[in-house]
Amino acid sequence: MDIFLQQLINGLTAGSVYAVVALGYTMVYGIIQLINFAHGEVVMIGAMVAFSVIMALAGAQPGLPPVVIVLAGVAAAVPVCMAVGYLLERLAYRPLRHAPRLAPLITAIGMSIVLQHLALLIWSRDPIAFPQIIPLQVFEIGGAAITGVQIAIMLVSVVMMAGLSAMIYRTRLGAAMRATAENPHVASLMGVDIDRVIAVTFLIGAALAAVAGVMVGTYYGIAHYTMGATLGLKAFSAAVLGGIGNMAGAMLGGLLLGVVEALGAGYVGELTDLCHASFLSDALVERCARDGHLILFGSNYQDVFAFLVLILVLVFRPSGLLGERVADRA
Amino acid sequence: MNVNLLEAKNLKVSYGGINAVKGIDLEVKEGELVALIGANGAGKTTTLKALCGLLHPSGGQIHYRGESILHTPPHRLVGQGLALVPEGRGIFGRLTVEENLAMGAYSRDDAAAIRTDLERVYHLFPRLAERRRQSGGTLSGGEQQMLAIGRAVMSRPKLLLLDEPSMGLAPLMVQKIFETVLAVAKEGVTLLLVEQNAKLALEISHRGYVMESGLVTLADEAKALLNNPQVRKAYLGE
Repeated sequence: MDIFLQQLINGLTAGSVYAVVALGYTMVYGIIQLINFAHGEVVMIGAMVAFSVIMALAGAQPGLPPVVIVLAGVAAAVPVCMAVGYLLERLAYRPLRHAPRLAPLITAIGMSIVLQHLALLIWSRDPIAFPQIIPLQVFEIGGAAITGVQIAIMLVSVVMMAGLSAMIYRTRLGAAMRATAENPHVASLMGVDIDRVIAVTFLIGAALAAVAGVMVGTYYGIAHYTMGATLGLKAFSAAVLGGIGNMAGAMLGGLLLGVVEALGAGYVGELTDLCHASFLSDALVERCARDGHLILFGSNYQDVFAFLVLILVLVFRPSGLLGERVADRA
Repeated sequence: MNVNLLEAKNLKVSYGGINAVKGIDLEVKEGELVALIGANGAGKTTTLKALCGLLHPSGGQIHYRGESILHTPPHRLVGQGLALVPEGRGIFGRLTVEENLAMGAYSRDDAAAIRTDLERVYHLFPRLAERRRQSGGTLSGGEQQMLAIGRAVMSRPKLLLLDEPSMGLAPLMVQKIFETVLAVAKEGVTLLLVEQNAKLALEISHRGYVMESGLVTLADEAKALLNNPQVRKAYLGE
């Protein structure tokens, strides 16, 4: 099996999900310069709601085709997440729109904790396992394996990103969103209702998050009330990598981060195998002769790579890959 | 010709803890071109911002077409025909020229008429037609001012508030912008023009107001103001 190609496929799959979630961060940042740290929890709520519906349907109607069951889960998760996103903006962020920037930022962290614990109350601390309804389909390309679920995740992500881009760049509402992002006062002089545009931005971000939640849950086969925290931070890192506020940057950043993470996880064991340096001591030679490997960092260090990327970007290129100017305000 | 399109009574505006406008009376009749002149910091821009709803007055009344607009948000006023070309032009630099113009027509939903108006604006400013696909940020200062005026015209305003259209432009471009302002006025748009260039502004206006530290100190026919020794000394550089 080709490790490089295999990890590339895995990375692109996870990266598509990061990209979709990163869009939610970057759109909100672009329009009100707020890092909505509760966005990861919206993804989690999407996964939890969808899994509840999927579990119930799979139990009650075992004959239904799996696609229908998953779509029913998505259909339930999207409106719930949109409601959560709307309420976040309306109740938590809008009253603070003219407050110093730290206030909404801290509020966002607070809302993240609130949502996480609401989920804990509703779904308990036990993870929900994805029922075995989707038959494992594996296709081979160039010595690597790609599953049906991976193909579906990439396709759905691409379609959503294309749809969103078309909306932003081809419609009147999209133009209003871009105008508001650039200069809300002047946009209001054009007749744009700023409050409405901001609310719509949150609704779109939340809908994307809901679908991302279902995708990531289906991919890893599990949903848990804490899953939004790490995923949210990674997607945020992806948005920063691409240049926060920049839509194309969020997509590029998401895919890149997924690939870096997967390749890192795939090769870190091999690269930190102390047996490559067994000349250092006799004890090593002995040990390597017995076990063959002495791995310092295993693939469980996967998460490190995402945050390593975040740190490197913040140090060397704070404006991100496609960002236009250095963010001096965040 | 004698109906008051806009009427401000005892208008007061505080801005960042400063009383920038301290109770002014101002009226603009239908079909008029009115100039509001004064030194930097006299409160002209603040007055315009209050008139179009961007700033909330701390006192006084504003009536537009006979109705109070004190509590009307700016995005509603555009639909009622009150538009502002802001100081510094406010071009959306990342939107194309054509998208900027389309934003001007945001409050309208008559697609066919919008297309006609777009062609009219391109006719008025051929330079914009050449650059319709370029992003607004790549235009020169003069072109951006044309775009700002064209964009405001796209909303089919009854009353257009213009804030310093000549600011930062070369003399030749200033001339061209003023010709355009006159052309817009000829089409039946009522205009309230804030300008540093008092001479040019008064030459094309019917009436004028002079503002000084938040108060209107003179209000008269534009010709009379041009001949007023006080005005000549303070604003016309004589």
